[in-house]
Amino acid sequence: MNVNTLTIDTTRALVESREISARAMAEAHYAQIESRDAEIGSFLTLTKERAFAQAERIDALAEKGDPLPPLAGVPVGFKDVLMTRGVRTTAGSRFLEKFVAPYDATAVEKLEAVGAVCLGKLNCDEFAMGSSNENSAFHPVHNPRDVTRVPGGSSGGSAAAVAAGFAVATLGSDTGGSIRQPAAFCGVVGLMPTYGRVSRYGLIAFASSLDHVGPLTRTVKDSATLLEVIAGRDSHDSTSADVPVSKYSAECGREVKRLRIGVPKEYFGEGLDPEIREAIERRIDGLRKLGCEIVSVSLPHTEYAIPVYYIVATAEASANLARFDGVRYTTRSPQTKTLADMYRKSRDEGFGAEVKRRIMLGTYALSAGYYDAYYLKAQQVRTLLTRDFQSAFTSVDAIVTPVTPTVAFKLGEKSGDPMSMYLSDIYTVTGNLVGVPGISLPCGKNSEGLPIGIQILGKHFDEATVIRLGHAMEQDQQ
Amino acid sequence: MKVTEKDVAYVADLANLELTPDESTRMVSDLNSILGHIDKLNELDTSNVEPLAEVVSAFASTERHGSERFAFAQRADEVKPGLSREAALSNAPDTDGTCFKVPKVIER
Repeated sequence: MNVNTLTIDTTRALVESREISARAMAEAHYAQIESRDAEIGSFLTLTKERAFAQAERIDALAEKGDPLPPLAGVPVGFKDVLMTRGVRTTAGSRFLEKFVAPYDATAVEKLEAVGAVCLGKLNCDEFAMGSSNENSAFHPVHNPRDVTRVPGGSSGGSAAAVAAGFAVATLGSDTGGSIRQPAAFCGVVGLMPTYGRVSRYGLIAFASSLDHVGPLTRTVKDSATLLEVIAGRDSHDSTSADVPVSKYSAECGREVKRLRIGVPKEYFGEGLDPEIREAIERRIDGLRKLGCEIVSVSLPHTEYAIPVYYIVATAEASANLARFDGVRYTTRSPQTKTLADMYRKSRDEGFGAEVKRRIMLGTYALSAGYYDAYYLKAQQVRTLLTRDFQSAFTSVDAIVTPVTPTVAFKLGEKSGDPMSMYLSDIYTVTGNLVGVPGISLPCGKNSEGLPIGIQILGKHFDEATVIRLGHAMEQDQQ
Repeated sequence: MKVTEKDVAYVADLANLELTPDESTRMVSDLNSILGHIDKLNELDTSNVEPLAEVVSAFASTERHGSERFAFAQRADEVKPGLSREAALSNAPDTDGTCFKVPKVIER
């Protein structure tokens, strides 16, 4: 058994046939973590007690010959912005370094209910703010493909864990690209479902209109399988959609002939690494050979997406992070004399630099005198971006783009200049602003052997087409 | 629009952040750099464009109107189980077993 190549199907088959017990499966993954995570840094907390208790439950069923649930024995990890009852949940922040979650996130509960084994909590940029996992208050994550490089962010730990054989699948969150970009940098699959497809209950909120919970896996089929489990209306999340959950994994292997693929010219301009462009074009050519119709489309407001994102996301974050104040669940600054003093010092000491920068930007954008110029303007441009997509989707079924303008950069390379880091989100933020589903899957390596990702964006609630195309593209590369 | 030290102090006040002098200085240049880029939005004429605040509108009912479109997110006003007091207090830095304890509101 090679922990680096296990999928949900092969893992479950081994456990069901009792060739390997769920307990031994968990132990093998912990051994892998012990041997390599010191140089990667993907886990913040290991949950051995919880993992072994679940594994034992699965093994007891297997022993009796009872039917096993869909994810029986599958070792998973959860980004540390997802609440796990009784387990420390930090959001990558010192402010929450002792916080023990009193309940499970819905996505966590759903996965464990069908047999998934939670190995631990995964490192991330603090409060999901970042594109490199260098903003974790604890330690950065290193890319398993080249440890001098970033894994991407903010779900850096989630992507690295799958790439390094520490977990078969993980959950991350995506607000501006935080599942798709690390998936691309680490050479794994990352799926961002439609806004509202998966409940956000138990996800520590960054930007409530932009946050999506989603899987990171080795194969497109595995992402589809996880999506089937975690998707669905949840009464705890008023923004979760009342839309039926399809059997997404059944899309894998379906024909893609005659599907119309949009290639937006604005995503292939200056700033895109030529080796990435070439890899993407090769895959588009592959789709053409499979019978897809390739259509040139325009998303004219693309260049405005970053400014819109950095106003909307930071404005929403400034509101969401107001709850962290030293009173109920965070650390508290010692020796403060008044309540106001306590709020201000606790927050300044508890939050890292990037978080404070974004809170300040968001507060500024919402403040009297600036609200119209910034926040309202950004929301209007968000409407224009949405119209771009609606218009494109009248003539195509899906849109194919790069995920990142470059391959994984070196640790420290962009951390001095916030704007440079923000601009690298150019291909992913529009997906969140418009709320459409998107997948990032590997499509080759550059001349240095670093992974390149390709993105497929679909219509709202059309994960089926995204998965169908993703699978076809994946198979086309075998 | 250029951000000054005074603006940073005002916004930090609104955000309940007590920035150190070093942090304040850095914040002035960081905010100016980012806002400089954001000014790009002024190139667009949005005079007749409705603001989009949330994406949920995309799947709210198209047959109904106003708040009825979001009826799927409502439930009857009945008491349901919630977090216990013990659980709610369990992560607090200081409590008296019933309430959260904080420093006094006003310094006399």
